[in-house]
Amino acid sequence: MDFNELLTGSLQQALGPTAVVYCLAAIGLNIHFGYTGLLNFGQAGFMMVAGYAMVTMSTIWGQSLWLGVLVGVILTVILALMLGVPTLRLRADYLAIVTIAAAEIIRQVISAAKFSDDLGGQDGLTGFIKPFRKMNPFDEPVGIDGVVMWSPNDFWVMTVGWLLVVAACLITWLLMRSPWGRVLKSIREDEDAVRSLGKNVYAYKMQSLIIGGLFGALAGFVVALRSATVGPSFFATDVTFFAYTVLLIGGAARVLGPVAGAVIFWFLITVLDIAFGQMTAGADPIIPASIMDSTQASLMRLIFMGLGLMLLMIYRPQGIFGDRRELAIDGR
Amino acid sequence: MAIALRRGATATTALVLLGAVLAALLTVMAGSPAHAAETRCALVKPTDDDTISILGRICDRREKPPVAVPGVRVTVEDEAGEELGEATSSEDGTFVIDLPGTSIEHLGKSYTVVLDESTLPEGTKPEITSRTIDINLDNDQTVIFPIGDAGPAKPSKFTEALQLMVGGLVFSVLLAMAALGLSMIFGTTGLTNFAHGELITFGALVAFFIDRLPGRIEVGGTEITVIVGVLGAFLVGGVFGWLNDTALWRPLRRRGTGLVAMMIVSIGLSLFLRNIYQYFAGAQTRNYSQYGAVEPWEIGDILLTPKELTVILLGVAVLVLTTSLLQFTRLGKATRAVADNPGLASATGINVERVIGTVWIGGAALAALAGALLGVTQGFDFQLGFRILLLVFAATVLGGLGTIWGAIVGAFVIGLFTELSTLFVDPEFKFVGALLLLIVILLIRPQGLLGKAQRIG
Repeated sequence: MDFNELLTGSLQQALGPTAVVYCLAAIGLNIHFGYTGLLNFGQAGFMMVAGYAMVTMSTIWGQSLWLGVLVGVILTVILALMLGVPTLRLRADYLAIVTIAAAEIIRQVISAAKFSDDLGGQDGLTGFIKPFRKMNPFDEPVGIDGVVMWSPNDFWVMTVGWLLVVAACLITWLLMRSPWGRVLKSIREDEDAVRSLGKNVYAYKMQSLIIGGLFGALAGFVVALRSATVGPSFFATDVTFFAYTVLLIGGAARVLGPVAGAVIFWFLITVLDIAFGQMTAGADPIIPASIMDSTQASLMRLIFMGLGLMLLMIYRPQGIFGDRRELAIDGR
Repeated sequence: MAIALRRGATATTALVLLGAVLAALLTVMAGSPAHAAETRCALVKPTDDDTISILGRICDRREKPPVAVPGVRVTVEDEAGEELGEATSSEDGTFVIDLPGTSIEHLGKSYTVVLDESTLPEGTKPEITSRTIDINLDNDQTVIFPIGDAGPAKPSKFTEALQLMVGGLVFSVLLAMAALGLSMIFGTTGLTNFAHGELITFGALVAFFIDRLPGRIEVGGTEITVIVGVLGAFLVGGVFGWLNDTALWRPLRRRGTGLVAMMIVSIGLSLFLRNIYQYFAGAQTRNYSQYGAVEPWEIGDILLTPKELTVILLGVAVLVLTTSLLQFTRLGKATRAVADNPGLASATGINVERVIGTVWIGGAALAALAGALLGVTQGFDFQLGFRILLLVFAATVLGGLGTIWGAIVGAFVIGLFTELSTLFVDPEFKFVGALLLLIVILLIRPQGLLGKAQRIG
């Protein structure tokens, strides 16, 4: 086994653009689930609407990416309102089912062959990245020689992405120490008590849904910038589940939980991926091909992830940094 | 459901009855192709060699029984459009095209069989001029080209609706079986099980595994391998449900793990199982060895295949049986009592854990049966259950989470709506319509169609 490749590849992913995407998505879920106790299983839907809004403003109407970002933000707010009106009065499990259904509706409609002229169908859209890459100040690979390296484009996305993460964490921290944030936390603890104090629980939940959705939108923008393309496969249902895993590893209801979670999650996932890849590659692999071939090796990380999520939730639901008393996992 | 009942003659009778219905109905499926072979338009016998052959027949369906159409040129093309072989239909309407090379080379590829329209007799028109087939097995592949009147004969909206109803009913009963399990498990334990889809896929996989065992299972000269497979899926599915509950959910309930935490555990389980399935079964779409292409019956203008009828009748029988068990047996009453109020049920001397165990066995067995039958009707892959999971959820929520009749009503609403909506919108939006329907119903009636009006906020 090549441990150098193992370490290099894992570090590259742990700090790379993909970790940024899941970190931002998980920060949004932290507002929803960690602080307010809302089970939003449709974060991928928020990401998709925002990502496609930014890209289509450029590909269909020839506008700048900045305007695309603005439209994406507006559409995300509208989506949050549309989702919130029917579901926020319902119990947590109803909200989970409706949001997951809504995300699937969005994905199937956007990827439909009927709209493929404008939205690219299953193949997605490309050809919007130039203005973003023109602003790139890096023209050589960046990193620590011999340990980890990123291409200039990746490093540029990372720079923008981690700055967004810093901003998002700062906003979350400020929001949650304000009186507004304390109301959110009390809604998580006891909705009826908050209601009896004369607070409009429904309005607070709606605001939480919108703000968390906006962090999801940021994740959607970074997805598009990372891959220089948007496609329906980037926003599958599993994306939301991965983001939840990221949040739960780091610890829900902690400002830096999603950041730690994203780095650790992508480090471990890539270690597993590369390790099993190496063990099955070559003419005389360590694991014989009759037990595991290279296609099966690529599934091992997801198998471990599923198992990991179960064990995490059973034995340490508060994650690494969380506080068990601050988790909305016991209620209905 | 039935296998868990230890006491009571009703339960035993029910099990025997269920088995008998299953076997009898499924034999209908096996019986019909043999009947078709007697008509003048003969069925081709598969060749018994190492190469894969594309076999087929061309029949004029205006005559009864159908008449063979000789002298029609047929070609086989690969995905790039390259011609691999050709043949002309013989006196009995059959043609055989051997694919060049050994069978291994063709596995996983897809070929298109094209009919040369200019060689058809005048005044006739093929209903289909080309068929694409995926080579998944190293068996020979059979294709059928029915020939009818020339000219466009677009069916009326009404006929079309009736035809879609058939597909809708098939889907509805299968959805209802899956939804019933989900709803009962939710009702008794409060768990929103995101891994329920994997119970469905499990059934399809068990049936597939039994189907792939070497040798054929025969009763009186009729091959029943797939029938045994479906029955096996039902039974092994129940065992799998018991295993799920005993190994995972019961210990979690004992620990007092919260419902939201359990929901997230079920997401992990779903991810885990789905990838395990793909690990062992691969990513391609599979079909069982039997009932791949059966001749449909024509009833008026509607086409109905024997397997569709079988699935509908079998499904209805299973649903009636299950609901009767829940309605009339002691255990059924206990189940409903637990669903209504676990604490009170426990206080009246009902063994809640045993009821929950039974519900898990029954629910998982029903889901596995639905999965195996879905595999028979449309083929399956490792994502079968995950793909329809949202529709199963939609059915249960629509009818009212945790209610027995609600799950069935919801499944029929969703199943028929999915199919019938294609009358007006593109088929690619049919799932979207069903999910939108779910959201609209929740807006108007949050507790679902048959749910009790209580505060769920």
